[in-house]
Amino acid sequence: MTPANRFSEKISMNSRRLWKKKHPQLGHLDIELTERCDNNCVHCSINLPENDVRAKERELKTGEWRRVLQDAAELGALSVRFTGGEPLLRDDFAELYVFARKLGIKIIVFTNARKISPELADLLARIPPLERIEVSVYGMRRESYEAVSRIPGSFDECRRGLDLLRRNHIPFAIKGALLPANKNEIDEFESWAMTLSGIGHPPSFSLNFELRSRRDSAAKNTFIKNLRATPEETVAILNRHRETYRKGIREFCMKFIGPPGVELFHCGAGLGGCLDAYGQFQPCLALRAPELSWNLREVSLRDALTRGLPRLRKMTAVNPVYLQRCAVCFLKGLCSQCPARSWAEHGSLDSPVEYFCAVAHAQAVDLGLLAEGEHGWEVTDWRDRISRLSAR
Amino acid sequence: MTFKIKPEEIYVPSGDVVAREIEGEIIIVPLSAGIGDAEDDLFSLNETGRVFWKMLNGEKTLAQIVKALGKQFDAPLARIEKDVVGLAGELLKRRLIVEKKRS
Repeated sequence: MTPANRFSEKISMNSRRLWKKKHPQLGHLDIELTERCDNNCVHCSINLPENDVRAKERELKTGEWRRVLQDAAELGALSVRFTGGEPLLRDDFAELYVFARKLGIKIIVFTNARKISPELADLLARIPPLERIEVSVYGMRRESYEAVSRIPGSFDECRRGLDLLRRNHIPFAIKGALLPANKNEIDEFESWAMTLSGIGHPPSFSLNFELRSRRDSAAKNTFIKNLRATPEETVAILNRHRETYRKGIREFCMKFIGPPGVELFHCGAGLGGCLDAYGQFQPCLALRAPELSWNLREVSLRDALTRGLPRLRKMTAVNPVYLQRCAVCFLKGLCSQCPARSWAEHGSLDSPVEYFCAVAHAQAVDLGLLAEGEHGWEVTDWRDRISRLSAR
Repeated sequence: MTFKIKPEEIYVPSGDVVAREIEGEIIIVPLSAGIGDAEDDLFSLNETGRVFWKMLNGEKTLAQIVKALGKQFDAPLARIEKDVVGLAGELLKRRLIVEKKRS
């Protein structure tokens, strides 16, 4: 071992070796810089119009975001995600980006790339975010893309932004959303996204869309529900790369499947945090239940973390239907039902979400974990079934 | 390109990195492009590396740092010197530290 290796270690953010002694109070913070977006995507769970003056006025000001970032750094955060809406709509995006990077924070940016300018690309090349920029792309052609984004000219702007990233050697990843307008392009999209981004695996897709997380429009929710992939379509899409999928899902089931019990939070919610555009601190970006959020104009980030979030981990379900089904269902690990989705769909934290339940059951039937017509919450020999799956 | 370490020189943290102390660990985060080896590299220093890093205050030469470490750690001075030169060489190669310009 060289002296250098004895005293220093090259680490990656995903490395388990990062914290040897004690974890920081806050490892990562998600920041929704704005709810406004320059796209008007048909399936979006959050966006407001780009020119929504009221929303813009309510957003935290530059100085307030700087204070949040400073606090996050003091609490130990090594990474921050800037998302939205479209985060690049903020006039002060570059200023906040540089401020955070100078605090020693890595930045993850979720964007549609339309507002990537030559100046911003130059900045991202000089001061790299240290994480791949994640770009959502909605179609391979102007017609399909703009049938989703519903903004004329958005396709060309997205392609221009991607080209600037590529020419400036800024690492990025492409994500998709599988919708009626673009689903016949899936093969072409995968191959293009892998080549362009240089990532050796297919891009991720959204296809089981979430409803409006602010519960702000029943009409939009009805529209989104009609765009969701059916359980059968979901299974077919998962099996497109059958061998990789089966291998991954077998390992996943062995680790994460089983009845969850009465505790509500099984994810990372409450271990880190998220901030909405108006300074509301939440357990996750999708969970907007007012009783589970704290306004950072009134309490500090430290207080929200230490006093607010820990009680989440102890919250239990009381809804009898949830207790009879979800709490004892061994498919819970496969099912996307969670307090956030329950809240978006029903306004309560502990309601089954029929759509996600149906998707999980279809997946389980496909994997041979269930027979047609069986329910995950009625199965008692689930351990044997998982063992059989892992032996296949 | 060689990175010759000179004991009589003063080395300081590069302006192209941010060093953070989190839960007792020094984490060096690249700020500018081309620092470290790859896009997502951070560097962590162990206890000894941390003491060394904190001595890079723009006042001590590397030889003075070796002497100071010799008082803190129970190890032969030659061994400490070899280790410090090795670590400084590695940090210099990765542009995490730079030679302080003499005024």
